[in-house]
Amino acid sequence: MSSVHEVLQKNEGAILSGWLAEMAASTRRSDLMGDTELRQQAAELLRLFAHAARNSSDTTSEAFSATREYLREIAKSRLDQGFTPSETAMFILSLKQPVFNSMRDELESDPTQLVAEIWTVGNALDKLAIQTVDSAVEFRDQVIVRQQQEMLELSTPVVKLWDGVLALPLIGTLDSARTQVVMESLLSAIVETNSQIAIIDITGVPTVDTLVAQHLIKTITAARLMGAECYLSGIRPAIAQTIVHLGIDLADIQTKAKLADAFGLALSRLGKSIVTAKPATNITSKPKDA
Amino acid sequence: MDRIPILKMGDCLLVTIQVDMHDQLAVSLQEDLTAQIAKYASRGVLIDISTLEIVDSFIGRMLANIAAMSRVLDAQTVLTGMQPAVAITLVELGMSLSGIKTALNVERGMELLRQYIQEENEYREPDGSEE
Repeated sequence: MSSVHEVLQKNEGAILSGWLAEMAASTRRSDLMGDTELRQQAAELLRLFAHAARNSSDTTSEAFSATREYLREIAKSRLDQGFTPSETAMFILSLKQPVFNSMRDELESDPTQLVAEIWTVGNALDKLAIQTVDSAVEFRDQVIVRQQQEMLELSTPVVKLWDGVLALPLIGTLDSARTQVVMESLLSAIVETNSQIAIIDITGVPTVDTLVAQHLIKTITAARLMGAECYLSGIRPAIAQTIVHLGIDLADIQTKAKLADAFGLALSRLGKSIVTAKPATNITSKPKDA
Repeated sequence: MDRIPILKMGDCLLVTIQVDMHDQLAVSLQEDLTAQIAKYASRGVLIDISTLEIVDSFIGRMLANIAAMSRVLDAQTVLTGMQPAVAITLVELGMSLSGIKTALNVERGMELLRQYIQEENEYREPDGSEE
């Protein structure tokens, strides 16, 4: 691949401008990236590629490690900027045309060598493009995994409403993995706070099917086994209808339509009641003396 | 062979399980407990399992059986101090132990038993059939 390297170095300027022109014609996204940055990226990549091509034609070899590293960086920064993986791949693939043009001019006299060299350099660029797409997908997967974990942690808060009364407002769809987290956090909160009553509020659960209901029943049964009473609240009328149509038996579970109702029930179970201490003041108007 | 001690407190029996429950121990507990309930005419049984960390379906069934047997001998069973992991395991095994009353700790469990016995007495006394 020595002649490729010579061609690349000799015609660096021409190839770079040809490359930028090629990108401008096909996949240029001026809304996502400025000209200066693009030029800088292209020049750096071309320099690294030319340097690596001097020693090897195998893109997985040691010689290409700097190039691969730089392409990973590009894949990550472009993903953050909002490029699709295919656009990132096209960025590398559009280098082919100007390189081929330069080689054709240089090796006009020897068609056999020209074909061989074009094949080698084309192959190398294809592989680099594929590796870049892989990196982009990998980075995207990392983002997805991180978001899933964050959602799991965010979506299972156990709130203490009163001495001995816990509430667990559930938001989002319940699946097996989440139920496990919900169950564990509720049960350990019951032990920690020594609470007799736990209220599970499903106002934020969009749909209740047989599986979700089974998960809820499991959680409530586990809480009961530990010696805490568990109420289910936040059941919307539509969900009440669905539950009956699906034939789910919630007879053993104390249910309430609203969290407030369940809290009222919890207080009366604890032998407490809420009384009005004094006539309500109008909180919107300011006190006259002040 | 070691046995699980059963303590008598008034008209209640107190059992605290502090060793790993193996099957033979569970069976002997079942025998001893029924014998004691019959002997003292106990009205309540409190089983504390706060130190129990491992359960299987056999132990779960044994607990359900003890409750049912006590029921037959007119004693109410309260299970106290179950660990979260144990509760999850029992639920996953499909054992909801619906016949057993539960409480968070021994203190609450005794309260529950006293309350139950008192209610039962009030219910029975007007007839004069019990005392």
